[in-house]
Amino acid sequence: MAELETTTPGGYLLVLAILLPLAGIMLSFIPGGRAAERVALCSTPFGFALACAVAFLVARTRKPIVYTIGGLPPPLGIALRADGISAVMLIAAAVIVSAAALYARAKFATPESVRESRSSLTFWIMLQAIWAALTIIFVGGDLFNLYVALELLTFAAVPLVCIDGRPETLAAALRYLLFALFGSISYLLGVALFYGANGTLDIPLLAQRVQATPVVWTAAALMTAGLLAKTALFPVHLWLPPAHANAPAAASAVLSGLVVKGSFFLTLRLWFYVLPALPTDKVATILGWLGSAAVIAGSILALRQARLKLLIAYSTVAQIGYLFLIFPLAAGSQAWSGTGWSAGLMQVLAHAFAKAAMFFSAGLLAEALGHDQIARLGGAARALPLTFLTITLGALSLMGLPPSGGFSAKWMMLQASIASGHWLWTLPILAGSLLAAGYVYRILVPAFSDGQVSLELQPKRIQEAIAFALTTIAIALGFAPQAFFDFLEIGRPMPSALP
Amino acid sequence: MTPSVLAGLVGAVLVGLGLYGLILHPHPLRKLLAFNLIGSGVFLIFGIVARRGAGAGLRFDPVPQAMVITGIVVAFAASALAVALILRLSAETSRVTLDPDARKSRNGEDAK
Amino acid sequence: MSLLPYLDIGLAVLIVAVAIWTIAAPDLFAAVVGYVAYGLLLAFVWIRLYAPDVALTEAAVGGGVTGVVLITAGKRLGALKNIAPEVQPGLPFKILTGVLAALVASAVCGAILMLPEPPPSLAPEAAAAASGAGAGLGNPITAVLMSYRSFDTMLEKIVLILAVIGVWSVSTDKAWGGAPPPFRQPKPYAPMVFLAQLLAPVGILIGIHIFWTGANAPGGAFQGGALLAAMWMITMMARLLEPPRVDAQWLRLALVAGPAVFLITGLTGEFVAGSFFAYPPSLAKPIILFIEAFMLLSIAAALPMLVAGPPSERPDQ
Repeated sequence: MAELETTTPGGYLLVLAILLPLAGIMLSFIPGGRAAERVALCSTPFGFALACAVAFLVARTRKPIVYTIGGLPPPLGIALRADGISAVMLIAAAVIVSAAALYARAKFATPESVRESRSSLTFWIMLQAIWAALTIIFVGGDLFNLYVALELLTFAAVPLVCIDGRPETLAAALRYLLFALFGSISYLLGVALFYGANGTLDIPLLAQRVQATPVVWTAAALMTAGLLAKTALFPVHLWLPPAHANAPAAASAVLSGLVVKGSFFLTLRLWFYVLPALPTDKVATILGWLGSAAVIAGSILALRQARLKLLIAYSTVAQIGYLFLIFPLAAGSQAWSGTGWSAGLMQVLAHAFAKAAMFFSAGLLAEALGHDQIARLGGAARALPLTFLTITLGALSLMGLPPSGGFSAKWMMLQASIASGHWLWTLPILAGSLLAAGYVYRILVPAFSDGQVSLELQPKRIQEAIAFALTTIAIALGFAPQAFFDFLEIGRPMPSALP
Repeated sequence: MTPSVLAGLVGAVLVGLGLYGLILHPHPLRKLLAFNLIGSGVFLIFGIVARRGAGAGLRFDPVPQAMVITGIVVAFAASALAVALILRLSAETSRVTLDPDARKSRNGEDAK
Repeated sequence: MSLLPYLDIGLAVLIVAVAIWTIAAPDLFAAVVGYVAYGLLLAFVWIRLYAPDVALTEAAVGGGVTGVVLITAGKRLGALKNIAPEVQPGLPFKILTGVLAALVASAVCGAILMLPEPPPSLAPEAAAAASGAGAGLGNPITAVLMSYRSFDTMLEKIVLILAVIGVWSVSTDKAWGGAPPPFRQPKPYAPMVFLAQLLAPVGILIGIHIFWTGANAPGGAFQGGALLAAMWMITMMARLLEPPRVDAQWLRLALVAGPAVFLITGLTGEFVAGSFFAYPPSLAKPIILFIEAFMLLSIAAALPMLVAGPPSERPDQ
């Protein structure tokens, strides 16, 4: 199939999108000091422009953009491939990384008194590294290339968790690293078996060659197990709450909003792009059950937390569960699978923006009040109105109340589950929303009640504005037109279309 | 049994052994050792895939072998990062454990 | 009658036995030493699999440098007097984990035994591309690493730098900008100094040679770089040289040189050869060697920095 293997016009945009943050890392590292921050901030608009250009091109040609690196087509060479969901994730990553960069200037700017500070250099370099790794994950077309990108993502995310050096963050970072390493090596073993069975690692080529043999099932199981550990799906979610809750706010926003979505994206690539020719119903159901368990367990655990940041982290565990409902709800090529697909991607985007905004707000709150104990939030809304407005709007999306991206996602999931006849999936969706309302209630009711809090620090306007902007995007996603959902379908293989 | 198949089975056994050690040992450095064991097992499996792919005048398929070389370097980098974290953790606290809740820092304050 | 099958089985049994020792050894340090021995044994298996390049890399990096890192860690952890006793998991948990591990191992064994015949392979494509995209390189693995899948290799060099920065970031704020602690205590063992003075120049020459011949024979930038790194580490262990400061410009340039040259060359490939990371046919081999030379420098700089660890506060600083 010639169109899989040749460079399409505009394919060079994909390479530029990857090389920009990579060059940024090196340009930040050599001079060090304040240059790191400047390079990171200057590159964000260009990265955003590249992401928009990619999306524009995909929308105009209604086909994925392809680039064969070195002009050598797969199977011997490596190809990059951007379809509808790649483009949308590229834009989301660019926006959230830019927001995190602007937000983090207050805390991670190099202090006046030193030429270079450890935490500043580390933050700006790791942020760009995360951005580079995610870009490759979203446009990569070769499974081993994606493995290296996953390792890059891990090596960038782990130091951010322990960037302030407290012992509990070191322990959380170490635990995260070990889980992530297990995930990578399990993924790599799957890659080895895929290559042994089919002689290629290019995603479309594999999709053509793959057959339902025990080797392929074992490989798929191993890769999925690894990716689930990295995505913190229940029951391998243990590393996430301490890591995300104890990291600085800018880092948590990127970790919860984007980093876990990277390995989830690869799980989508594996099951919907490489393996659609296989009978995957049972696996889809298992993933759906695990997702449902995550929704319930994560929400219940969130209800019991005393600290706001831990509550938000457990909420991430729950919302990740929703993501895995995409597997049963988007399987096959019926009309409702399109709805399920749109629902899953909308959940990814809405959660990314809402969660980033929540973590930014929690960070502002913790700095302003000196603590993040939920029990002592009485009356805080009057002291920090914009921050709590952000939290409320973000919570709307997390609960799935209209109008918001979260509502849109959950509504479409309900539609898909009823239309597909598997109405059982409606139960965890509805239960999750109810439980989310419960933990949101815990935060907002005392905050909006009468009470007095003393502010240790007035939060910076720009930081509040950034958080508010992100949560506005989460709400605005609820108004996405049908054209948006059609865009998400570009490049998605339909099982019946394969020979 | 050809050397390839034997090496592949050894690789599978190493993966199982390493997984056992990774889950079971409480000490992070031993978990790291177990992870390295799994890694070398996975590389062996790449190796037999390469050996089986001999043909066209070559004694092996070069692509999986190149992947192993990349993988060995990445695994080493991961080990170095993990060791740095473990050593720093042990310098800060008396217990080297992965459980972030089960700790008090040097001056006895509860972890926040 | 060939001895090889018996050798193979003996090697397999030995490797599994040492691996079991690494997992089951009661003492941390004994387990680490077991792992180093295991790494060296693995090199033999790679020879049997007709993979000399991998054997070199496994012996140098997988066994050698990883071993140094793990042994150093084991020693420093063992020296801590105030370690609380470990909580050992209970028997039911052990059995459960054992069953899981056995299941996974059997599934993978089964998959290996059921790999398809004839085995799919990219060897024919690699051989066909050897004179074209392969730049006439005699070593097909170098062709894969530096030409067909050069993007992976460049990414991996960046992963290496990121690991160095990650290791450095674990230091304290006060220590930042300083140098990692010396590799040994103040008085180095005299024979060690003599060995370093004797071995280092020879090792450097051999390392460069391995890199150079990697174009047409087993070897390459990774293996040569690992040897150069080892020579630098030996001189640091003998206190002939000290670990450099992390804000030293020359160190940062050395670390970044490999991936930076790779990236710039890759970018220019679009204008000179029609595609990013492509090489103009007549200049392909010299360009590849040029990039590999800088990769050699970066690997030789990065590996010892990963072993040296984060900068520390020193009394004299």
